[in-house]
Amino acid sequence: MKRRWKRFKESYLYYSFKRDRVAVASFITLALLITLSVASPLIAPYNPYDTAAIDVMDSEIPPSWMDEGDPRFLLGTDIQGRDMLSTMLYGMRLSVIIGCGAVLLQAFLGIVIGMLSGYVGGKVDAFLMRMADVQLSFSTLMVAILISAIFQLAFGVGRYEELAIPLLVLIIGLAEWPQYARTVRASVLGEKNKEYVEAARIIGLSSTRIRWRHILPNTMSPVLVISTIQVANAVMSEAALSFLGLGMPVTKPSLGSLINAGFEYIFSGSWWITLFPGLLLVVFVLVINLLGDFLRDTLNPKLYKG
Amino acid sequence: MFAFIVRRVSQAIIVMLIIGLLGFSIKHQIGDPVRDIVGISVSAVEREALRDQLGLNDPFVTQYVRFVRNALHGDLGMSFFFKKPTLEVILAKAPATIELVLVSSLIIIFVSIPLGMYTAIYPRKLFSRIVMGGSIVGVSIPVFLTAILLIYLFSVELHWLPSYGRGQTVNIWGWETGFLSLDGLAHLILPSIALSSIMLPLFIRLIRSEMMEVLETEYVKFAWAKGLAPHRVWFVHAFKNTLLPVITVGGVQLGILIAFTILTETVFQWQGMGFMFLEAVERSDTSLLVAYIIVVGALFVVVNTIVDVIYGAVNPMVRITERK
Amino acid sequence: MNNAAPTTDHLLEVTNLEVTFALRTGNLTAIDGVSFTLDRSERVGLVGESGAGKSVTGFAILNLISKPGYISGGRVLFDGQDLTRLTDTEMRHIRGNRISMVFQDPMMTLNPVLSIGTQMMETLKTHTDLSHEEAEAVCLDKLRKVYIPSPEQRLKQYPHEFSGGMRQRIVVAIALLTNPYLIIADEPTTALDVTIQAEIMDLLLELCASEKTGLLLITHDLAVVSQVTQKIVVMYAGKIVEMGPTAEVIASPLHPYTKGLINALPESCRSGNRLNQIPGMMPTLMGIPAGCAFHPRCEMRRRKCEETVPTLVCVKDMNRIVACHLFEK
Repeated sequence: MKRRWKRFKESYLYYSFKRDRVAVASFITLALLITLSVASPLIAPYNPYDTAAIDVMDSEIPPSWMDEGDPRFLLGTDIQGRDMLSTMLYGMRLSVIIGCGAVLLQAFLGIVIGMLSGYVGGKVDAFLMRMADVQLSFSTLMVAILISAIFQLAFGVGRYEELAIPLLVLIIGLAEWPQYARTVRASVLGEKNKEYVEAARIIGLSSTRIRWRHILPNTMSPVLVISTIQVANAVMSEAALSFLGLGMPVTKPSLGSLINAGFEYIFSGSWWITLFPGLLLVVFVLVINLLGDFLRDTLNPKLYKG
Repeated sequence: MFAFIVRRVSQAIIVMLIIGLLGFSIKHQIGDPVRDIVGISVSAVEREALRDQLGLNDPFVTQYVRFVRNALHGDLGMSFFFKKPTLEVILAKAPATIELVLVSSLIIIFVSIPLGMYTAIYPRKLFSRIVMGGSIVGVSIPVFLTAILLIYLFSVELHWLPSYGRGQTVNIWGWETGFLSLDGLAHLILPSIALSSIMLPLFIRLIRSEMMEVLETEYVKFAWAKGLAPHRVWFVHAFKNTLLPVITVGGVQLGILIAFTILTETVFQWQGMGFMFLEAVERSDTSLLVAYIIVVGALFVVVNTIVDVIYGAVNPMVRITERK
Repeated sequence: MNNAAPTTDHLLEVTNLEVTFALRTGNLTAIDGVSFTLDRSERVGLVGESGAGKSVTGFAILNLISKPGYISGGRVLFDGQDLTRLTDTEMRHIRGNRISMVFQDPMMTLNPVLSIGTQMMETLKTHTDLSHEEAEAVCLDKLRKVYIPSPEQRLKQYPHEFSGGMRQRIVVAIALLTNPYLIIADEPTTALDVTIQAEIMDLLLELCASEKTGLLLITHDLAVVSQVTQKIVVMYAGKIVEMGPTAEVIASPLHPYTKGLINALPESCRSGNRLNQIPGMMPTLMGIPAGCAFHPRCEMRRRKCEETVPTLVCVKDMNRIVACHLFEK
């Protein structure tokens, strides 16, 4: 373990990372945000899910530094009287959980399908890739919206909200697998013809073994690069779905649902209900994107232009 | 060229059939056509009779074939909420969405091409750096947030532009257009800017990176060695080669644009297909939902096919390599 | 069109040309103190290994060095004008007009999405006042001169519809459109099949002779140089090491490097013997040795070679210029 760390510290990746101020700043910010969100039950001043502790008389209080602000609520309260700061922290936690979960699912699906497609080739490959193309052309957001709409119709709104978190992971995972599949497949196609694969075949290793133990590790680099960007996409997709009412319910809001809830109230002047979650969301996605850009530039510039 | 078109069109038809199958399965499983037609207050016995009459107890395949046949005749079922044929509802709402997408696309084209080319030719100038920095931030802001911010700034604070609806529209042969009235145009501004904001950073970066690659090619160096004027090198030699990959991406991005109309229309209460879709979900109007999927699916397929064909026409090499 | 003949003695006079690349890690000198002349309708070969600076010299003449490179010293007199002092707009009148270039790989040189006709006509439209019909006539004429059959159809076709050899002929035709005084050909045959190479070189030779165009042939191929050029300039690590009439230099090379090059030709080797190679490799820009750049690989080196850079000297009684301590007084 120590050796691996040492090797990493001497690698080109770490070297470029240290010299790139933007990457370092993004990484620190991201680490901070994730820590805060994961630790939210511990550090949030209030528990926004505790309906007993919320007083609707406290609703729509502006941030504490403004005139009608209240020192109890640093960033103000929302329309139900919940503390903005706490709700946002919990909301970001939800975004992180759903984002990472969805990416794990997409990666799993995408890698399996991509490997199969690239290695087996022929009609299987053509069919799978055509499916991926069609799904991509619908755009992953559209697919996610459609699937969630169908789920909501099938399960009914109440049950849907109960199962929101795993459902959202499933939906976003299903919507975005083509990106992984295409990347992995391209990698596999490139690796398939390399000599070490032929050598493995000559020794008599089975196809499965070759596929998973030999080719797969070599395709990890592109997978890592797009994973960061996919997390950002997943978080944005979840925010979009929640904003449309197809995601996290208002009782257990993610940043997207908060923005949705607060939207009507900017007309009456309570801008903080929308702005703060919005700002947090943007910063969160921004640092992930910046890191993703850095990774892509260092590991493989031509990889992911979209 | 002809063989190429035929190939593309046949692929498009297959995709449409698959979309149709998906749509039909959804309708079959979740939808309730009886309720669509007669509402809720009908007895169980009558419902069963109606089901038989409508052929709802027939095998899956039979129903699917019927569905396809109806679809080809323009019958995509009845909307439970509107009590009208779904296609009619969709077509009534379509102009709103189409005009929005059109204006957004124009904004994207006329802003990203000059900016993309400029930042490629002069990457170190301050303006270029600002544009590139702005585009990363732009990619990280979800469209609905942009829309909300635009509304907040230009509507609530400055009172320059309206914040919801289409405003005054003019009816030309059944097409409700917002182009022919100043009010309608004013209403178009904020939504189309919001919608284009998703794609602008992407296209600017794409055009820039393609252009930079092209500027390094031997044929561009040769063009300089021939003593051609800079604008000819940039706009004739470099531009066409830059555009080719951009067109392919552009076609695909149209899908994303349409998906995002759902988000944008919701924020602006824009009475288009996207808003209609969301309302259909809220009202459990399955037929309308499925009809939307079919129509939008058809739109995607048609647009992608057209883009493929245009690309084949513009790039003489694609037609030949296709034959291999 | 260029009807007036150049008025000075030498068509091209390069004096002490220096090109520097300004990198973040420091400045690198790509070529240093390069001087040679080229007369009207003279054919000069610029010879050396890859990285010796020959292409840089060719591009520097037309001031086409891309950033971060730039001309840091010297003079390029062309028909009386110092090209290094001209603005870009003024240079554009020279490029493709009085001096044309032929690049190495014709598949990469011609724009794949523009027709041949467009790529030929634009040169004429930029540099002349000819009408469309007149320009087209000129294009067809030049295409015939490079032996392209049925040129009328060719104008509408695209580069990928031609073979490599024909593409290079088209590039030569483009170079000839404005009847330039000088053609700079940078490795014009390297990317082509061996059989086609000979055809293209014959073509260039024939056209330069008949149109009285000067030719600066940049190549690493000594065999081609010996057949086509009248004067040869040998470069090593950014400097000129030997210069003289081609036949004489090849028959009796003076500089140890030139000797090594000639000896390394398979023709120079007796059957059954090992091929003669110059030991070691040419240094990169960043690792140029002190003193004479060639000394680590030179059999004849002395202590002076490790310390002092040799200057170009005229060898008495021979029409030769060499940069070697062996020949200094």
